[in-house]
Amino acid sequence: MDYDDSSDPFPTALKILIAGGFGVGKTTFTGAVSEIAPLSTEELLTTVSEGTDDLTGVENKTTTTVAMDFGRITLDPGHVLYLFGTPGQERFWFMWDELSEGALGAVVLADTRRLEDCFAAVDFFEQRGMGFIVAINEFDGGYRYEPEEVRSAIDLDPRVPVVRCDARISSSGIATLLTLVKHLLAHAPAAPSYGAHT
Amino acid sequence: MAAPHDGPWLDESAGRLVRPYTVSDGRTRPTAQMDLLTQVMATGGPVIGYQGPDHTAALGLCAAPTSVAEIAAQLKLPAVVTKVLLSDLVDCGALTLRAPDFYHNPTDRSLLEAVLDGLRRQL
Ligand SMILES: Nc1nc2c(ncn2[C@@H]2O[C@H](COP(=O)(O)OP(=O)(O)OP(=O)(O)O)[C@@H](O)[C@H]2O)c(=O)[nH]1
Ligand SMILES: [Mg+2]
Repeated sequence: MDYDDSSDPFPTALKILIAGGFGVGKTTFTGAVSEIAPLSTEELLTTVSEGTDDLTGVENKTTTTVAMDFGRITLDPGHVLYLFGTPGQERFWFMWDELSEGALGAVVLADTRRLEDCFAAVDFFEQRGMGFIVAINEFDGGYRYEPEEVRSAIDLDPRVPVVRCDARISSSGIATLLTLVKHLLAHAPAAPSYGAHT
Repeated sequence: MAAPHDGPWLDESAGRLVRPYTVSDGRTRPTAQMDLLTQVMATGGPVIGYQGPDHTAALGLCAAPTSVAEIAAQLKLPAVVTKVLLSDLVDCGALTLRAPDFYHNPTDRSLLEAVLDGLRRQL
């Protein structure tokens, strides 16, 4: 923004997170709505564990890679939306902090057969005050709970929308994203008027 | 420990790691501040100094504005390593970069409205 220039070739890059428990359909959802084949970036993590029973004091370094899926939707010539699937394993959740930095909001995918798997993601966004919705990804064998049943099982704020989706179908994913953005708009404060304070 | 030998330096656990670190000369700290959504684009200017094949490959992906995440995925290199390569290219004038427009201001509705309109056009 410091380089405000009418010939600015760069579109505005925005992001939405696709979160939820292990195997709930994050990669499938991201791929279904993306205009590019879902890609994955890896972060290299070096974890240093100091062996307590190690008299030499040599640190035990292990390096792991964490893959993050992402997809892209070109909204218009000036705006491009990236969707990032958050890493499912809880031990990598510190990475979410970085991913959630500056995100518009999040879709928390839930599988009604393992509803508790989405609790941690819901907690994460609630604690950070980030706008999110819950989308029930209906697997074929899944019992069809009503969204309201899911809401009370999660003990969700009544304002947070709960919708059904099929992560494999592009239009269903787009409709889910639209629900999220409408929710964010509904709760975004109006343009600052007087003495805005946080 | 196995004796050093010629040929690819691979072992079960390190195989994936050795090459990325070689590519970046063992560096994991890019000189330019970059996020996965930082966009880069080739300036078209001459590349000063020899950069190496991975730099050339990275530069080849940047004809149009492209995100760091996409370049990392295409190069099949970890994001940290990709950031080092790209910041080398920024330093030598081959690339320009643009930080992401993060949504930090909840009173800014215009970004959300642009997203809403853009998503509607996808249906
Ligand atoms: N029947 C059905 N299968 C689905 C649906 N969504 C995803 N799947 C399948 O469920 C499996 C897991 O989906 P992924 O998209 O890989 O889930 P994920 O959340 O990315 O998984 P992790 O990254 O491992 O946590 C895959 O085999 C998908 O094909 C759905 O809506 N219906
Ligand atoms: Mg996945």
